[in-house]
Amino acid sequence: MTATAAPAVLDRDGLNALVAALVAQGRTVIGPTVRDGAVGLAELASADELPYGWGVELDAGRYRLVRREDGAAFAHSAGPQSWKSYLHPSRERLWSADRTSEAEIAYTAHEPEAPSYAFLGVRPCDLRAIAIQDRVLTGGRYADDGYGKRRRTALLIAAECTEPGATCFCVSTGGGPSADPGYDLALTEIVDEEGHRFLVRVGSDEGAELLERTPHRTADPVTQQTARAAVDAARDRMGRALPPVDLRSLMGASLDAERWDDVAARCLTCGNCTMVCPTCFCTTTEEITDLTGDHTERWQRWDSCFDLDFSYLHGGPVRSSARSRYRQWLTHKLSTWHDQFGTTGCVGCGRCVTWCPAGIDITEEVAALDAERAALGTETD
Amino acid sequence: MAPTLAVFKLASCDGCQLTLLDCEDELLALAGEVEIAHFLEASSAVAPGPYDLSLVEGSVTTAADAERVRAIRAASRHLVTIGACATAGGIQALRNFADVDEYRRVVYAHPEYVETLATSTPVSAHVDVDFELRGCPIDKRQLIEVITAFLVGRKPDIPDHSVCFECKRRGTVCVTVAHGTPCLGPVTHAGCGALCPAYHRGCFGCFGPSGSVNLPALIPLLRRDSLDEDDVERFLHTFNAAAFEKVEKVEKVEKELAT
Ligand code: SF4
Ligand code: SF4
Ligand code: SF4
Ligand code: SF4
Repeated sequence: MTATAAPAVLDRDGLNALVAALVAQGRTVIGPTVRDGAVGLAELASADELPYGWGVELDAGRYRLVRREDGAAFAHSAGPQSWKSYLHPSRERLWSADRTSEAEIAYTAHEPEAPSYAFLGVRPCDLRAIAIQDRVLTGGRYADDGYGKRRRTALLIAAECTEPGATCFCVSTGGGPSADPGYDLALTEIVDEEGHRFLVRVGSDEGAELLERTPHRTADPVTQQTARAAVDAARDRMGRALPPVDLRSLMGASLDAERWDDVAARCLTCGNCTMVCPTCFCTTTEEITDLTGDHTERWQRWDSCFDLDFSYLHGGPVRSSARSRYRQWLTHKLSTWHDQFGTTGCVGCGRCVTWCPAGIDITEEVAALDAERAALGTETD
Repeated sequence: MAPTLAVFKLASCDGCQLTLLDCEDELLALAGEVEIAHFLEASSAVAPGPYDLSLVEGSVTTAADAERVRAIRAASRHLVTIGACATAGGIQALRNFADVDEYRRVVYAHPEYVETLATSTPVSAHVDVDFELRGCPIDKRQLIEVITAFLVGRKPDIPDHSVCFECKRRGTVCVTVAHGTPCLGPVTHAGCGALCPAYHRGCFGCFGPSGSVNLPALIPLLRRDSLDEDDVERFLHTFNAAAFEKVEKVEKVEKELAT
């Protein structure tokens, strides 16, 4: 195993060569790029398309691109979509069936589309989110073949965070701005008087091979220290934090909290938070027939617990109020996820905070629930 | 014998029934599955009812149409209303909030020739409706889906959630969050495929309210995104004005009941 290969340094040309090598291998390279006024994910033909010189200004319900003097490529935080758009796409055909005669139906299982992806610039929170979706979608009895197939071939190049956003709170979910194992390569971007460069750490054999084929130099101690220091400093610059309490017991104690009414009055039940969340995995299936009725297809598409149909049983939805739907989302993320999958469902990427049109902030809601429980505690004491 | 399809029009612009003619790729297949018995926009040859599936466009604005829609219902096994006029009263329901006589005087040189009701109402206010397909105009894909579903006797796959769902599934950057553009998407029924945000415009609600609307939460956001009170009113008073108004009233009553 060469995964312990020594850290290396790439300059911008080196990063270009890395992407070129991936493209030459026939990989579909996905990475951050500026599109429609945001740093979103898209297929990259070259590293020149990275958002060099762009940063972001974030708040609850607000996202703005801003110019950066230093020309950094990875100085933005989690954007409008996550990697699940590629690994667990919003719509996927599962199978189709055709009536071939009066008595017979031919069934076709559809091979999932699985381009050989290389993801460039995966944030540490998103790396954790992918690990969470791995447990959800490839573990257990009901594995998602399409996800599994795409995931197995995907190459992950992480980009550690030195510039956390104002809606980031990964540290308080047990993570942090440095990349945990699971990546093939991990980059740390540095721009200083020594120049614009990327420290590269190797996490897998495949990553080591890729690095070998890319012009690089062995990392000097100063670059390594600078990179470490920048990532460490980022730990202390989180824009937000969840309260440092046992969230599972807080959620358990908060089922009847008044705060749910308060947030329900502001919540549009629009579902944006679940769609942008890199761990939310829920889907629904729909059967589609054609006009002749001789051809039918089954499609899987993203669903959300904010959708009334999501909890529709015979006669109506179980969670008809906004209160019950918001509570489902928060309780699942922070509490029942542990029961189901053994971890939290929130990696603190801040997307649900930024991309909620109403600016509802999960850290603020949790803090309010905590305060309500504390107030009740003093009453009963 | 093939099931019969009929298309009727009340007060409307014809745009929704044109959507049917616009289904160029599917028209041949459709003609193979149904007998088009009554569709004046396409052919003046009409066959008498009863019809298996009637599509009704337009709102009820005259006493004569109120009668006619009852006759259509009586002649139809399934009745599906298509478009904002038929499902919500349409833009012409603006009269519901005004003095219809005054409108008549302002618009027509000889108002005495115009006979009209004081309100424009959806078909469902007059007769039972089997399905309401929204939009101004309706979406082609959704129309074919509804017809297909009725032909095989299944529930149409027409979700009741908001336009935001479609925006996110399509990967559009939210115009409200990224650009501060006022958008009715969070309260609007999906169906268009989130067309406007994909072209950097806010949704203007042409599919009417979704199945889960919270207007009191949205209105302060529209104000935040620089609409004044009149703008907000104008924004909500278009093709589905009466439907949004109804939601607002229901929300008010619910709030009063809760307190
Ligand atoms: S709940 Fe919010 S902050 Fe947590 S992972 Fe999902 S989108 Fe990110
Ligand atoms: S929070 Fe809602 S949408 Fe997300 S995984 Fe849980 S139930 Fe599904
Ligand atoms: S919390 Fe925000 S994004 Fe989520 S459903 Fe409510 S309004 Fe929409
Ligand atoms: S652009 Fe409008 S419809 Fe799309 S997610 Fe934002 S608020 Fe919703």
